Amino acid sequence: MADSRLRRTLLFVPGNMPSMLQNVPLFKCDSVIIDLEDAVNHAEKDAARNLVRRFLKSWKERNKEVLVRINPLYTKWGHDDLKAILPEMPDAIRFPMCETPEMALELDAELTQYEAANGLKPGHFGILPSIETVKSVLNAYAIATSTKRIFGLAFGAEDYTASMGIARTNSGEDLVHPRMMVVMAAKAAGLQAIDSIFSDINDMEALRRETELVKRFGYTGKCLVNPRQIDVIHEVFAPKQEEIDYALEVVEAIRQAQEMGTGVISLKGKMVDAPIVKRAIHTLRVAYAQGLTDTPVDEEILNG
Amino acid sequence: MEIVKKGVAGTMQSSDLMVFVEPADSLKVEIESTVIKQFGHLIQAKVDEVLVKNNVTRGFIRLTDRGALDYAIEARIETALQRASAARA
Repeated sequence: MADSRLRRTLLFVPGNMPSMLQNVPLFKCDSVIIDLEDAVNHAEKDAARNLVRRFLKSWKERNKEVLVRINPLYTKWGHDDLKAILPEMPDAIRFPMCETPEMALELDAELTQYEAANGLKPGHFGILPSIETVKSVLNAYAIATSTKRIFGLAFGAEDYTASMGIARTNSGEDLVHPRMMVVMAAKAAGLQAIDSIFSDINDMEALRRETELVKRFGYTGKCLVNPRQIDVIHEVFAPKQEEIDYALEVVEAIRQAQEMGTGVISLKGKMVDAPIVKRAIHTLRVAYAQGLTDTPVDEEILNG
Repeated sequence: MEIVKKGVAGTMQSSDLMVFVEPADSLKVEIESTVIKQFGHLIQAKVDEVLVKNNVTRGFIRLTDRGALDYAIEARIETALQRASAARA
């Protein structure tokens, strides 16, 4: 499911905290990840499951993508999490500690079974696997291509550094290699690359630097733990005016090319073809989402 | 649902509530809330609805509410009942 939905900010919200849950409709993030895993004590897994289920049932007018981070399926909670949550129709499952394609396929099979039993379209539920251990980084491409439900890879720095036996720093040089591995695997599979959380909520400058860095690597979104981090991340992922202007020119050029019956044209002496148009469309989509342009992107332009 | 032992669920954080249930010969509900004057009747109605839905006819149910919305009231009562029920005994 290599969809093109805009996912700049994916906000984690603890599943057992009503004061955060009920503000979910108000947060300006693109996606929310309601957490049943690390943010919930072992003794409260049942309570969080009930609370999230009831919250999702009560939230009628959803205004953002909803993911639920379940517990890994090898724990005693994972399957019960799915059983409780799927009837409330989340858009996708954030799948933690996904180390092998087989693990992704186990979840895929369970989702397929649920969809078939309930008359849902096959592939209705997406999967966003967490690539957060050394093993999962090494298996990233195999995981990315294991099932069509996977629309992105989410790098998880906290568990990754733990699995390496190293400390996470705000500067991030310890994470360059795994970050590159994950983004390369995602791009090779045609998926989105989503970066890890930045946990120091008081250091907005370090958050900005890290987001700028991962944007240069090719990441198009970032997870976060505090709604105060949303604006900084959106600002970093926002295209600059000259990028928007160029993207508009590209789209106009390719429109003219198509009128002339060709898929390639020259713009200011440079060739414009499908990959350039794809990048321009992404730029315009992000720009539109942030109110930087007035017109929604005509995605059909890519298909001629 | 049969309450066979004590069960507790929830927290004392704002927008949450704590629910205490224990076995009793008849059904008794006690509600304490920071918003009892404005919303006491609605909380009571929600509690009654959840108890009926879960077939609870006996037991002592006590709520300490910190301004929780309906979905949280329902979820916390459900959890306390599950923890106190025969299936978990």
